[in-house]
Amino acid sequence: MIPGIEGIVTVSYIGATILFILALGGLSNPETARRGNLYGIIGMSLALVAAIAGAVTANYALLIASLVIGGSIGLVLAQRVRMTQMPELVAILHSLVGLAAVLVGFANFLGHSVVRPEEVSIHLIETYVGILIGAVTLSGSVIAFGKLSGKISGKPLILPARHALNLLLLAVVIWFGYQFVAHAESGGGLMPLLIMTGIALLFGIHMVMAIGGADMPVVISMLNSYSGWAASATGFMLNNDLLIVTGALVGSSGAILSYIMCRAMNRKFLSVIAGGFGTDGGGAAPTASAEPQGEVQSVDAAETAALLLDAKDVVIVPGYGMAVAQAQHVVNDITKFLREKHIKVRFAIHPVAGRMPGHMNVLLAEAKVPYDIVFEMDEINEDFPDVDVSVVIGANDIVNPSAEEDANSPIAGMPVLQVWKGKTTIVLKRSMATGYAGVENPLFFKDNTRMLFGDAKKSLDAVLKALRDTASR
Amino acid sequence: MRIGIPKEIHDGERRVATTPEVAVQLQKLGFTIAVETGAGAAASFSDDAYMAAGASIISDTRELWSSSDILLKVRAPENNPKTGRHEMDLLHAGQVLISFLWPAQNPELLKQLAAKGVTTLAMDSVPRISRAQKMDALSSMANIAGYRAVIEAAQHFGRFFTGQITAAGKVPPAKVLVIGAGVAGLSAIGAARSLGAIVRAFDTRPEVKEQVESMDGEFLMLDFKEEGAGAGGYAKVMSPEFIEAEMALFAAQAKDVDIIITTALIPGRPAPTLITADMVKSMKNGSVIVDLAAEQGGNCELTVPGQVAKQEGVTIIGYTDLPSRLAAQSSQLYATNLRHLLTDMCKAKDGNLVVDFADEVVRGATVVKEKEITWPPPPPKLSAATAAKAAASAGTAGSPAEARSAKAGHGKTSGGGISAGTFLVGALIFLGLGLVAPASFMAHFTVFVLAVFVGYMVVWNVTPALHTPLMSVTNAISSIIILGALLQISAPEPTVTWIAGITILLTSINIAGGFAVTRRMLDMFRK
Repeated sequence: MIPGIEGIVTVSYIGATILFILALGGLSNPETARRGNLYGIIGMSLALVAAIAGAVTANYALLIASLVIGGSIGLVLAQRVRMTQMPELVAILHSLVGLAAVLVGFANFLGHSVVRPEEVSIHLIETYVGILIGAVTLSGSVIAFGKLSGKISGKPLILPARHALNLLLLAVVIWFGYQFVAHAESGGGLMPLLIMTGIALLFGIHMVMAIGGADMPVVISMLNSYSGWAASATGFMLNNDLLIVTGALVGSSGAILSYIMCRAMNRKFLSVIAGGFGTDGGGAAPTASAEPQGEVQSVDAAETAALLLDAKDVVIVPGYGMAVAQAQHVVNDITKFLREKHIKVRFAIHPVAGRMPGHMNVLLAEAKVPYDIVFEMDEINEDFPDVDVSVVIGANDIVNPSAEEDANSPIAGMPVLQVWKGKTTIVLKRSMATGYAGVENPLFFKDNTRMLFGDAKKSLDAVLKALRDTASR
Repeated sequence: MRIGIPKEIHDGERRVATTPEVAVQLQKLGFTIAVETGAGAAASFSDDAYMAAGASIISDTRELWSSSDILLKVRAPENNPKTGRHEMDLLHAGQVLISFLWPAQNPELLKQLAAKGVTTLAMDSVPRISRAQKMDALSSMANIAGYRAVIEAAQHFGRFFTGQITAAGKVPPAKVLVIGAGVAGLSAIGAARSLGAIVRAFDTRPEVKEQVESMDGEFLMLDFKEEGAGAGGYAKVMSPEFIEAEMALFAAQAKDVDIIITTALIPGRPAPTLITADMVKSMKNGSVIVDLAAEQGGNCELTVPGQVAKQEGVTIIGYTDLPSRLAAQSSQLYATNLRHLLTDMCKAKDGNLVVDFADEVVRGATVVKEKEITWPPPPPKLSAATAAKAAASAGTAGSPAEARSAKAGHGKTSGGGISAGTFLVGALIFLGLGLVAPASFMAHFTVFVLAVFVGYMVVWNVTPALHTPLMSVTNAISSIIILGALLQISAPEPTVTWIAGITILLTSINIAGGFAVTRRMLDMFRK
């Protein structure tokens, strides 16, 4: 080790911390975001170089091989992933952070680091907590990945007495924590640690299995938060402030996202964690059947095109259905066509549209929709009375008027995009099935609503063709 | 079946029950159309236009009435002062009459129609449910009345509506007060706003505030709690205290505004007097009052129904035929309402009208079926649900407001204010921690808490559009956990070394992948 390096390492860590904060700060708008990302990369490189220079004394081959292989896998993944698969990618990356936290914790425990006697207990607790959070993040993220990629059913799995079960698991974890600290001081403790890891993994699985598909944005943000807390706990264990700070930044970021998502669904964070939609009230089914079913008026692509051409102000509301059908590029073509005809086109994004926070924005950006015509719910909701045509693509619950009109609805009070206040609403949908919340949507029966049934991509292709035909005539 | 369109005989009535355009669409339903000579003349629809639309023109009134199966009219049958013949006499059994009828006010007429066996649908009795909106002639006429009220006011008002700064000096904008924000009121607000006036509106139903504001009007709030919503979207009678407060508001407004448009009606009652003679007196010279409730006695004490009265320097317009004064427009909307109703009653499109009582719209509108008076209709099926809903919303009258205030409260908490209880608990936990934990831990803990706060401040500024990149970049930087593995990789124990190696591999996937995918996404965000 180079003499005097410790001070330089510390300074580098401070630099990295500042750069990470700037990276997050840069995301306040798309212009500065690219620079922010660069800051993040520089910060990470700085931290890595400093750590390698300051701590690594042997096994360079292993280190370099791991870095190169891991880095290459990461780059390939990043290049290959489709934008519609972003939620899955983010979920699986979270699981890696969780796994890393578990491994670092174990390695630290096995490596017998030197700790001052009065700090032994707290050090052991830190190790224990770090592994616990890491393991929950790991298994939870794997299950979330499975649900998002369709490998596991999106339906909530509700075990009987699940709250009691969770509490029991918590009690067991605490008891083993006590055992661990007691035994570890005399050299043992591996067994309680392993058992706890197993329980934590089970807990993570159980927790995410019980959450329904529509709550996925909350889960992803929550796991994001956990991965941060795991890093932070590891930082405590290793007495490393950079880890603590970075973990705390990520942890609070994820927590805020979870909060925003919960607010957008008008749900309590705890009730999201406690179980899926439509399972907690029991009021869903009666409300749905009591809802007056009216007539649905369907239209074809040509009529849709005519409606769009007659309009002056068009708002497009994309939902998860657009992502599934990969329709974002056609949407952009239609948008461009209409804008050339001097028709005002805007996009309205509900915070929980899609499967992760900001999912729709990314898809639209991928299709090259200019971001200055993409608006958040709060920015655009007041404008709906002046909108001529709203086009709802594969969204359901986020445009459901019963959230505002029916106090008994399971989604009552959830803020929704008030498309029904516009002159005409066109809803693209595969069938009359209900959304994730399992709630009937009276929007479909409104007088000013027209339904365009079919796969979103195919329908929109036909609409685009009809638009071009009309224009060339 | 043949549809007959007689010429309206009511004095001053310019509307007609169908237009050439609608006549074409009615024929698509399988009907044939006969129009009385000159029926549309007052609304600028010539006989030639009807003929071009495929309707036959019949000059003999008697023939038109007797040969038609369905008669579409604007006004209820009445005595023709010129010929001395009552239109009732022209009807015969088996015919269907559709027009405005006001069955509550005209029980005698109902009896005569039933005696004759004329199935009658009253356009004013179409139930006010969402499906029937397209047939709601009351709304379409109210819309026109509201618009026309502003035009009439402009006619009698000696100044601009809009404010202007000209070389010859500054012109202040006119101030308009609209009382009653129903269909007519909202329409008046829109029309007055588009002429450039400052528009204020008042209604006893606070829930219409949003609608007023959506029309760009200013909603006057009364500092008084009472719900004014009655059945069917109309207002109800308010308590004396409320009325007192309301009158005080009007008195204050009267001194300030230039134009007052009143549209306050309570179903089945004379119009409430809202503008007293004193208020009129207090208004500026040259002010205008348009009283849309003139037919029901008027909202202004000095209104003369059907006339323009000049009192105390204020012009008070009491026309009762405002829709008819915009005859072409109102005929077109009324004809379209009728067409929607006929479309509903002729689902087979074979030109045969079916009076199907299973259809609640038809049931509600039908006041006489063959020889039987079917008015008032039984409460519509839906109304149970709507009533329950209304009750729910009335029961939780404050609920939207409460929800809003709760939300505001929530917003405040998220904005940084922490309730005293939470604060105390947090303080106690920290205190406890400080007692047991060693000093080095507390140093780290300080850093941790500060970092959480920094993260909190920074992340709230992130635009929601970039939440996905935020997640991927935080993912990349949370892999800073790699430092742990770097500290361990040079350890003497091979197990530890290998675990550290694997950890480095995993986290570097995350670092490279996270940053690269973030970059890829951010590159897509282009203006």
